[in-house]
Amino acid sequence: MKRREFIKLSGLLGAGSVASPLLLSGCTEHPLPGSGTLAETPTFCDMCFWKCAGFVHRENDRPWKITGNDQDLHSQGRMCTRGTGGLGSYEDRDRLRKPLLRVTAKDGSQSFREVSWEEALDFIGKRMQSIADRYGADRFAMINHGYGARHFKHLLRAWGSDSHAEPAFAQCRGPRDTGFKLTFGEGLGSPERTDMEHSRCIVLIGSHIGENLHNGQVQTLSEALRRDVTLITVDPRFSVPAGKSRYWLPIKPGTDLALLLAWMHVLIDEELYDQDYVERYTTGFEQLKAHVARYAPEWVWLETGIEPHLIRETARAMAAAAPATLVHPGRHTVWYGDDTQRSRAIAILNALLGSWGRKGGLYIQERVRLPRYPLPPYPEAKISFRDAHGDRWPFAGQGVTNAILEACIGEDALYKGLLVYGTNLPMTIPGIRPQLRAAMDSLDLVVVVDTMPMEITGYADVVLPECTYLERYDDLRNSGEREPSLALRMPAFEPRHQSRPGWWIARELGHRLGLQKYFPWKDYSEVLDWQLKQVGSSLKEMQQIGVKVFPRTRPRYFAEGQEVRFRTPSGKIELYSQQLKDRGFDPMPEYTRPASPPEGYYHLNYGRMPAHTFGKTTNNPLLFQLAPENTLWVNPLVAGELGIRSGEYVRLANPDGVLSNRIRVRVTERIRPDSVFMAHGFGHRSRRLRLTEGVGADDSDLMSNVLVDPIMGGTGMRGNFVTIIRERV
Amino acid sequence: MSHYAMVIDTRLCIGCCDCVVACKTENKVPEGLNRDWVVEATRGTYPDLTTEFRSERCNHCSHATCVYNCPTGASHYWNGSNIVLVDPNKCTGCKACIAACPYDARLIMHPGGYIDKCTFCHHRVEKGLDPACVSTCPTRCMYFGLLDDPSSTVSELLRTREHKVLHPETGNEPNVYYLT
Repeated sequence: MKRREFIKLSGLLGAGSVASPLLLSGCTEHPLPGSGTLAETPTFCDMCFWKCAGFVHRENDRPWKITGNDQDLHSQGRMCTRGTGGLGSYEDRDRLRKPLLRVTAKDGSQSFREVSWEEALDFIGKRMQSIADRYGADRFAMINHGYGARHFKHLLRAWGSDSHAEPAFAQCRGPRDTGFKLTFGEGLGSPERTDMEHSRCIVLIGSHIGENLHNGQVQTLSEALRRDVTLITVDPRFSVPAGKSRYWLPIKPGTDLALLLAWMHVLIDEELYDQDYVERYTTGFEQLKAHVARYAPEWVWLETGIEPHLIRETARAMAAAAPATLVHPGRHTVWYGDDTQRSRAIAILNALLGSWGRKGGLYIQERVRLPRYPLPPYPEAKISFRDAHGDRWPFAGQGVTNAILEACIGEDALYKGLLVYGTNLPMTIPGIRPQLRAAMDSLDLVVVVDTMPMEITGYADVVLPECTYLERYDDLRNSGEREPSLALRMPAFEPRHQSRPGWWIARELGHRLGLQKYFPWKDYSEVLDWQLKQVGSSLKEMQQIGVKVFPRTRPRYFAEGQEVRFRTPSGKIELYSQQLKDRGFDPMPEYTRPASPPEGYYHLNYGRMPAHTFGKTTNNPLLFQLAPENTLWVNPLVAGELGIRSGEYVRLANPDGVLSNRIRVRVTERIRPDSVFMAHGFGHRSRRLRLTEGVGADDSDLMSNVLVDPIMGGTGMRGNFVTIIRERV
Repeated sequence: MSHYAMVIDTRLCIGCCDCVVACKTENKVPEGLNRDWVVEATRGTYPDLTTEFRSERCNHCSHATCVYNCPTGASHYWNGSNIVLVDPNKCTGCKACIAACPYDARLIMHPGGYIDKCTFCHHRVEKGLDPACVSTCPTRCMYFGLLDDPSSTVSELLRTREHKVLHPETGNEPNVYYLT
């Protein structure tokens, strides 16, 4: 007995988490991992948008681990931290278990009642029918994130609605793709067409690869570093890639565009640009030359804090490695409201270096020509997201989430029903809670489909529990890549509780809405098998191999002197954009000086941490153990002035009086004294997320100052300032 | 004797902790416990800074003080190699090994009632595989192999790259190397 007590104590003294009493029996079996009966199932990951393919391993019919698929180009056989921790999403004890229906008690109070699928789906079917009868089927909108959304997009298109938006556009990569499309006629895709494994010089503009674990980017950047690439990182914070860089340019926040213009100035002034490429493929060079003449490094120094000799030296390094120089387009680019223009500047810089379509720059992606399963054509919808936009944002090629939500508000609102799939809007769109509440008051029906009880579920009439990616079929992954390839996601486990696959939910709703002809399958695997057989594979084959790579049908790079017609109005790379000019915007990027923080306030800088995909994974029990909360990075000078220390809790307040949840201080030299930094995705408000609720602070709470991009409607989030308030002990 | 070593390139490591999760799932490490961890060491003053990330674990020392100090023989060398293992059935949880380890690599108590630690995934090594952490690392900054074999990647790296070990002064002769 005595020995048992002793061990229990030592357990507490150790890592401090051994809660149960210890039972020592004589010699017990301690089988080594992998010595039982093993089985593996292919999948592609849903822990983030990168969609790496891998295998889910079971031992003795118990979940064991997830590893990468060697054939996969997205991951090169290696999952990232979150992908490796994917089993946590299956095991999460807080998962949605049953459909929930909002009910109102006699005293007027509302709550959710667990109902059968039958009841939940009948309810939705009737409401959708009644909206269609009164207003039209197209008065139904959807906001979504993630691959499973395709099933619901299909349902709504079949129903006659064509209004959807995803935060991935106006809250993330919209400005970048718009800026590149305006310049080169096409966007970057996902995974991006960056050819870093062959680059000799890489320039990161605020992109913190390594803290964001965009797997293929991390791996190709590592390969480049192994070859001693010239890495130039522009970041006010000493980010992880800044620490791997030959040149770290610790720029004053918000002045990146000035630096980009100065680099163009140097390349043109010193005639370092790719003259043949520029002559052959671009239009507007003379205007650009005149435009950037005034952005001399000496002037830009005053704006950015980057010394003129460093601006010149880095520009020369880019030119020396060109065309194997990549000025990285980034991904989350909604910063200051002039983001399409900043992305245009990045695009133009790549054009001057001749890197688009060239080895080590931006390659030409290819996907598999995969036929669509034969179905009747969709009915025509009279309205689309463009009606929600009105005459705002002429270059928004996709729906802007905020506009869709605003069009859900009021008696005469454009939309009468809303489906939210897989996205926790209150933590995704800054300052959206008032509109969400108003929309909920106006709408006849709000449906939320999710795997977890995120805060957004609280706004719903009906919550439908989808099973996780580990328990379902989805569409084949067919992303543009170095080589065309397909990947299969299939169930490794039976759906837990009463959760169901998205395809099943969509089909059941379709049947209730009389859309049987759009859902002729019993099981979605029939669709996948049909598609795979059209390209010489089969479901059976893919269930073994998970990923199939096909030969390219066209080259990955431009040939020497090749004639290329770009998908722009001029057919050329548009350094000067007549399209922008015609709609009243600057035809070439102009720098505007950003606002500085008032006395006692700091730039609110935010980003990623490798353990998490925003708030989507913070409740994942495996990843929670790695990073249970976010911290506030504070420079030692600021910490000294305020008398705060690492580990203590503070709150942040913005000039509009918004007060954050409490957050732990991390005093570090890696942040400038005029800025603070925190990882996004913490400070959940849903009580049903028992691990992560109330833990850490939510940066989006503090973003009262949203700087909207007039070109495409992006919600710029980096113009916010905060002050630090000590938490009384 | 088989002399195994792990070599980790700190110039590539990004501190993502994928190695930690891979170890946890591979080895079914109980909740709240870890056999490996990542250290971030930042030096300098803004903006003159360096940051080193190090994935750390048991060093599987050639002169392992934990093995010599274990009163029951639970801590032992595996199969004529330098891989240090704990036999759960011989371990009494006395913690002599914890006191003897200069790396704090044994600060964990398995709920099964014994001291648990990194095994270099000997169950994988036996099958010719790399440890789980090494085979998962997305930056491929970790290497594993035999130092007896001069043509192995680890031998080659230690011949050609500047490197260090942690606390060489202890005389334990640790076998986790960091390229700097």
